[in-house]
Amino acid sequence: MNISRRQMLILLPAAAVAWESVLAGSPEASPNYKISDHWWGMLIDIPKCIGCGNCVRACQTENDVPEGFFRTWVERYHRSDWTMAQTGALSANPLIDPEVISPDGGKEGFPVATDESGRYFFVPKLCNHCADSPCTQVCPVGATFIGPDGVVLVDQSYCLGCAYCVQACPYGCRYIHPEKKVADKCTLCYHRITKGLTTACCEACPTGARQLFDLKNPKDPIHEFLKTHSVQVLKPQMATGAKAFYNGLDGSVR
Amino acid sequence: MSGVEGYMYPNEITLYWSVLIVLYPFITGLVAGAFILASLERVFRVEAVKPTYRLALLTALSFLLVAPLPLVLHLGHPFRSPEMYFTPHSSSAMAMFGYVYLWYLMAVLVLEIWLDYRREIVLLSQSSKGLLRLIYKVMTLGSSNISARSLSIDERAGWIVTLIGIPSAFLLHGYVGFIFGSIKANPWWSSPLMPVVFIFSAMVSGIAGVMLLYMALTKLRKQEIDMRCVDSIAMYLFYIFIIDFSLEMLDLVHRIYEADESFPRLNFMVHTQLYFSHIVVQILLGTLVPLTLLFVTQVVKLPEIARKYMYVISGILALISVLAMRWNVVIGGQLFSKSFLGYTTYKMALVTREGLLVAIALTILPLFFLWALIKLLPPWAAKNEAEAGPA
Repeated sequence: MNISRRQMLILLPAAAVAWESVLAGSPEASPNYKISDHWWGMLIDIPKCIGCGNCVRACQTENDVPEGFFRTWVERYHRSDWTMAQTGALSANPLIDPEVISPDGGKEGFPVATDESGRYFFVPKLCNHCADSPCTQVCPVGATFIGPDGVVLVDQSYCLGCAYCVQACPYGCRYIHPEKKVADKCTLCYHRITKGLTTACCEACPTGARQLFDLKNPKDPIHEFLKTHSVQVLKPQMATGAKAFYNGLDGSVR
Repeated sequence: MSGVEGYMYPNEITLYWSVLIVLYPFITGLVAGAFILASLERVFRVEAVKPTYRLALLTALSFLLVAPLPLVLHLGHPFRSPEMYFTPHSSSAMAMFGYVYLWYLMAVLVLEIWLDYRREIVLLSQSSKGLLRLIYKVMTLGSSNISARSLSIDERAGWIVTLIGIPSAFLLHGYVGFIFGSIKANPWWSSPLMPVVFIFSAMVSGIAGVMLLYMALTKLRKQEIDMRCVDSIAMYLFYIFIIDFSLEMLDLVHRIYEADESFPRLNFMVHTQLYFSHIVVQILLGTLVPLTLLFVTQVVKLPEIARKYMYVISGILALISVLAMRWNVVIGGQLFSKSFLGYTTYKMALVTREGLLVAIALTILPLFFLWALIKLLPPWAAKNEAEAGPA
């Protein structure tokens, strides 16, 4: 095929315009993000959480989370004191039977605690972005998957809405979006972290109780933190390789 | 929050698997059970149950045609369901459904029915008229050879298909149990016994279903019920029911004795939300009563009419019990929080896509399919062929 210089001058801009429109249809580009260079997770520092609900509100605004469903939520635990019942036996085991509330996911904070006894503390929850996630295992079409950077995502243009993943998540982090009719969950603010920002919840936390970390980044402060603290994951017996690390986690939390 | 007791994770308050998902294992179970009853005659040469052979196959087919409907109807995006065939996820038990289903439908049931009916189809394609003639012509698949040699090849091929069909029926329903049994997040489901319990309860429901259908249809046709046949079916029902009940009790006793971290909650649930459907309907009314009745028919020589009534009552109760078992598994497994700190309630809708009316329609639909299949391929012996044949 012979193309003259004149034809070339017309074709090139046309091709550029076409290429632009192709680009516009593909997902937001993050030119500086190399997917294999990261392994994301989140550190939750329980003693620092004050239960203000800022993270929940920030998440709902940032990600347009439907009313009544939560990508992140905060629970307030009340572990009562050990008491001897009349019979002499220990009555209830507060480690097994804590009193937990999370009114509207803790979005508007919590009512004032009235009981002087026992211990109160807050536990923020979110998708654990498990490395061996049971939710991605069961998806019949592979619409939910673990990215090479360790983030568990849902392809909502592909999801059937069968809810098998909702059943398989041991932490209750998934739901079916009431309008979109597909599985929805925390994306670890993927649209932000791929641009070098932190998540909305971490950004909004006033005490630094939530810290996004990247285990593949040798300079990430998480490495120093892990050297000096005892951290725990939720439900370790589930062997999900959870990457939400909890500092100061109480044994009654599940 | 209304309907919630204790603490549920906030996303857990809605139940996602509705009454339709209760129906799905119930219907698939009927298919597997009916097929296994049919194979008794074909493979194990139990001559007594011959009158139900063809009826059992047609019953299995009509229920199998409906089996995927509740699943597809409950999907958020039903039209994306073909993706399960085109891009199956190899680690997902659910992804295998499409393949197990198709295999069972095409390679086992349709093939076996076709081989068994081939002679009649060829004869009917010559004797019937109009549209029906065309339908039968298509069903012959272009082969009108009904020589003795060709029929004996059919017979042998059918035997092999049934032989493959038995493990396939186990696979079809065992896999349904695996879908639940493999969810480690849910202690009410997670159990290696689940597929086995599903298979045996499937056999109970399938055998009871075909027995009831046979008795009802024979009555409708004003024919004599073959008591030798019904007696042997009832005997099989009794023994399979005992195995099924033992397995379920083993599971229950194991949970009670092990009493792991989930036990206080599951135990409480069985005493409250699930008390009626689990203890009263499934165990007492649905299992112990029919087992007692069937036991009596096995050890005491009763008059025919008494046996008939006892079989009918036992059959109906067994079906109710298996349906209740599916309910207790599917709905029960979603009533408690995975935090083990609370419970929610299931409010069944009436007219929505996943409501009660759709569920009832889906339960009745297979009977229409069965009616059509019986019209097209009469399962009765040759002497009745003329009267029950194409209308």
